[in-house]
Amino acid sequence: MRSVLPILTVLGAIVVLWYGATVWLNAQWTYDQAARAGVEVSLPEVVTDTLSQERPVLPAPHQVAGGLWDGLLGQKVTSKRSLVYHGWVTLSATLLGFAIGTGAGILLAVGIVHNRAMDMSVMPWAIASQTIPILAIAPMVIVVLASLGITGLLPKAMISAYLSFFPVVVGMVKGLRSPDHMQLDQMRTYNATRGQMFWKLRLPASMPYLFASLKVSVAASLVGAIVGELPAGASSGLGARLLSGSYYGQTIQIWSALFTAAILAALLVMIIGVLERRTLKRMGMVR
Amino acid sequence: MKDTMVSAATVIEASDLSLTFDTNDGPVHALKDVSLSIAKGEFVSFIGPSGCGKTTFLRCIAALETPTAGTLTVNGMSADAARRARAYGYVFQAAGLYPWRTIAGNVRLPLEIMGFSKSEQAERVEKVLALVDLEGFGKKFPWQLSGGMQQRASIARALAFDADILLMDEPFGALDEIVRDHLNEELLKLWARTEKTIGFVTHSIPEAVYLSTKIVVMSPRPGRITDVIESTLPKERPLDIRDSAEFIAIAHRVREGLRAGHGDEV
Repeated sequence: MRSVLPILTVLGAIVVLWYGATVWLNAQWTYDQAARAGVEVSLPEVVTDTLSQERPVLPAPHQVAGGLWDGLLGQKVTSKRSLVYHGWVTLSATLLGFAIGTGAGILLAVGIVHNRAMDMSVMPWAIASQTIPILAIAPMVIVVLASLGITGLLPKAMISAYLSFFPVVVGMVKGLRSPDHMQLDQMRTYNATRGQMFWKLRLPASMPYLFASLKVSVAASLVGAIVGELPAGASSGLGARLLSGSYYGQTIQIWSALFTAAILAALLVMIIGVLERRTLKRMGMVR
Repeated sequence: MKDTMVSAATVIEASDLSLTFDTNDGPVHALKDVSLSIAKGEFVSFIGPSGCGKTTFLRCIAALETPTAGTLTVNGMSADAARRARAYGYVFQAAGLYPWRTIAGNVRLPLEIMGFSKSEQAERVEKVLALVDLEGFGKKFPWQLSGGMQQRASIARALAFDADILLMDEPFGALDEIVRDHLNEELLKLWARTEKTIGFVTHSIPEAVYLSTKIVVMSPRPGRITDVIESTLPKERPLDIRDSAEFIAIAHRVREGLRAGHGDEV
């Protein structure tokens, strides 16, 4: 409760700055319109106009809130104008991509920890893969998969997985290697097999690392799914919403979609956080 | 004839054992020509300054290190075969309990790995927890226990599968003196009850003298044995035996051995 006031203060400051920027950035359009019509505008008129333009350079907070409200609650969820509909399209690709990425990440990490050849060879490639801009890869993935007859959810999920596997690999390699020499020696004194060492020691020891990675990776998955919607010219999904908004100068639509994505990401990270606390608590690793 | 007599009672036999580590600064002689035999039921302490190879020797017995020369047999077989036959329990300097397992779960770990049946696991866990005075703590997590209790749990874990040999590498090194005294007393009782052969690495002269039937004094560079002292103290040892003249005489001899091994550095 004590943190509410600081949070509200910061939020208030952001809103005030935002309104200021709205007036400043949109004023040019108001003056241009007035000059064209040959009328003088007073300052209060300028302010009123900048906060209610149809296609502002920067929409005012209440316009974005209105757009969000209308998009999330003002439409039937099956409507093409509903942000719930578009959000679900993106979310489904995100979740599939997250599942693929996490699975691939864990498998790669297990391989890296247990196989020297993989240890030497996979990591540099994984790092290299992340240095390539996803925007450059995405169209190729879409085109190649489309030529194989694969369209729809899967190509987007692949791009999403491409972004999300990396944090999992890095975190899991670190986690699986977290048992120290003494713990490994101890397993040797029991004459434990590599499998037993993995299931009884390495895997449980890696759990805190895994959850830290999953939080990064789920947010990356969402970014991947949105980016995957851009080159395909998709008609649905938050990415499509962003794209069509920018085509037609519908800035309010862009910002509403952006905020939907942000809310979605925050929810996903929160869900992982809850899972983390529950799991670690059940494992006795949280006091 | 005499040879078979000796080997019948001998559990650990090392002759001319050497171990050289190749490091960037050249070879390090961790052990050089170490010969020692340990009979069944003995409590043998290894004492010496850092780098004298006492831990390395214990790790050789446990087949966690491989000697570069000499022979070493444990229970009449090679150290590695003995490890695979689960001939010993090993207690490390840190308790090293898994934070995600309860105390009972930690003690059960080696039993799960060795494939004991569920009912036998439960039975043995209960038995060894009682042996180290931790009845009723099975459901607690390690962080809920003090350092001394954690170390007792780790001893219980090493005892759980009932190996004849118990190897302990400075198990009480990180504990304060009062807890240490108490655990030393407990360890002697446990040794008397279980009749195990114990190899015990320590830095502390009183600890070595109080616990052991045989004290092996070692010295560094290269790691070697400078003196082997057969203790004349009785098997029954109350804590105040440490004030007796006999105890002080043995402690003195250990100190002399340490000093001789150190040359003029002390």
